[in-house]
Amino acid sequence: MRTSFVSEYRKIVTTRTWWVLLVCMALYMAFLGAGVAWSVAAAPGAEDSGLAGGPAAVAASVYGVAAAFGYVFPVIVGALSVTTEYRHRTIAPTFLADPDRFRVLVAKLLAMVPVGVLFGVVGTAATAAAGAGVLAAAGSPTLLDDSATWLLLGRSVLALTVWALLGVALGAALTHQVVAIVVVLVYTQFLEPVLRLGLGAAGGVGESIAKLLPGAAGEAITGGSIFSSAGLSGLLPWWGGLLVLATYVVVLGTVGAVTALRRDVP
Amino acid sequence: MEPTEHPPSDGTVTVRSLTKHFGTVRAVHDLSLDVLPGRVTGFLGPNGSGKTTTLRMILGLTTPTSGTATIGGVPYATLRQPLRTVGAALEATSFHPGRTGLDHLRTYAPLAGATDQRCRDLGDLVGLSAAGNRRVGGYSLGMRQRLALATTLLGDPRVLLLDEPANGLDPEGIRWLRGFLRHLASEGRTVLVSSHMLSEIQQSVDDVVIIARGQLVHASPMAGLDALSAPRIHLTSPDTDALAALVKLQGWDVETTDDGRTVVVRGTTTSQVGSAAHAAGLEVHGLTDRSENLEDLFLRMIAPPGDPVLDHREPGSTPTGVDA
Repeated sequence: MRTSFVSEYRKIVTTRTWWVLLVCMALYMAFLGAGVAWSVAAAPGAEDSGLAGGPAAVAASVYGVAAAFGYVFPVIVGALSVTTEYRHRTIAPTFLADPDRFRVLVAKLLAMVPVGVLFGVVGTAATAAAGAGVLAAAGSPTLLDDSATWLLLGRSVLALTVWALLGVALGAALTHQVVAIVVVLVYTQFLEPVLRLGLGAAGGVGESIAKLLPGAAGEAITGGSIFSSAGLSGLLPWWGGLLVLATYVVVLGTVGAVTALRRDVP
Repeated sequence: MEPTEHPPSDGTVTVRSLTKHFGTVRAVHDLSLDVLPGRVTGFLGPNGSGKTTTLRMILGLTTPTSGTATIGGVPYATLRQPLRTVGAALEATSFHPGRTGLDHLRTYAPLAGATDQRCRDLGDLVGLSAAGNRRVGGYSLGMRQRLALATTLLGDPRVLLLDEPANGLDPEGIRWLRGFLRHLASEGRTVLVSSHMLSEIQQSVDDVVIIARGQLVHASPMAGLDALSAPRIHLTSPDTDALAALVKLQGWDVETTDDGRTVVVRGTTTSQVGSAAHAAGLEVHGLTDRSENLEDLFLRMIAPPGDPVLDHREPGSTPTGVDA
């Protein structure tokens, strides 16, 4: 297992994909963090705006940006760790080196943990730095002296790490690289927001289902975001979100292990 | 290279009644063969004959429809550290183009028990030392073949299965590969090399296995293949009547060409034909051995049954343009 882990970890860090995506994420998160912070700080009567709820809601809106909008980066890094092997046909030597395909998947998941943490830390830090900078410049409290804010940032790192694992599991289920990336983009950028708004608006059972969507679960881990602060959808408690997101990892990973990974290697 | 202790199991690759059907296509059908240690075995067949599918089944990448394939008596999937027993290169394209050659070796090294130093040594061994830190995307086909070969050697395996390893190598590279494979076999390893060209491997293999349309056509030591090539002696004389009489007297199996002035005698040797002509006092203008060369024999073996073109090909002519 240890050797499989080292092998998978080296696969990730010996290509440029990871840091290119990491840089993109940092820039995008800094931009969004600053943007949200500016809108919060500059809104007339900010305390009484749609972001009502006081400092907690402001913190969730600004510092929850990475987990709410940035998770697509760790998901893609995770998915690529499987799909590039199929795309470049390195999956054959991979399964030759370790014929236990389930163990290969577990090794890929484990190897993604440090990478997911890195994406979580960098994405969250970029958000926080830019967001706090703008808040401070606008004369608003940055809330960084509040331990609750730091807890939120920590959970943002956790959420993004789990997202990276979800990417690996998704890649195992959808081994075709283009299909996997299209599914990730369509789902995260279009389907999930629409579903959450629609189901949330439907109320009752619809809202309960909306809470179980992966994006909502990821936000629940951080404890909120601009979506929930704006009252667009309710969220599970943070541990509930973690449980739901982890369930997606297990379900998708299992689907991959019993279908795609079992097939004859192309 | 660090010496690695081989597992006690012997390195014979055993295939029994191996069959793979893709839908209605019979890629491999009831194939049985043994690949022995200490020898280089050529695995020959035209494109699409099932060589790669067979190798993939031996390696557990493709599930057989029926039949078994084992290495040292056990299926590949149950080998504990497979890279330390079997080194396999399936195609020269199994690389991430953005990874350097050395890093490619390093990604598989942990599972082969190889150190970074061994990765560098292997890069040197296959002649990639200068290119090791360049990305594989910039490699030529020949360099990729060398990298693939280095990858197979990571775990110092006692069995090497190489699919078309000479593909893309320049003549100097092919000569190097021949010597290298011979050296590996001389250390007691099992070496299987697939190819679609007999000429590419005939100088370097001990045993030859020929398949066509997914079925075994021939398996023997290389010398056994030589013995199968059909002898054809051309005898030319201006005296067509005397020539015909001699043929009749000797009971030779012949075909006559050139208005009866040349006969092609099958199944005998120049010395026998020469002696007979001399004894009969025949004026001989030509006596030549135009026996079937190995390439022709190979093409005849792999030709679809009843293919008239190949059955009546003139010996010695080149196989160019024949799409077998």
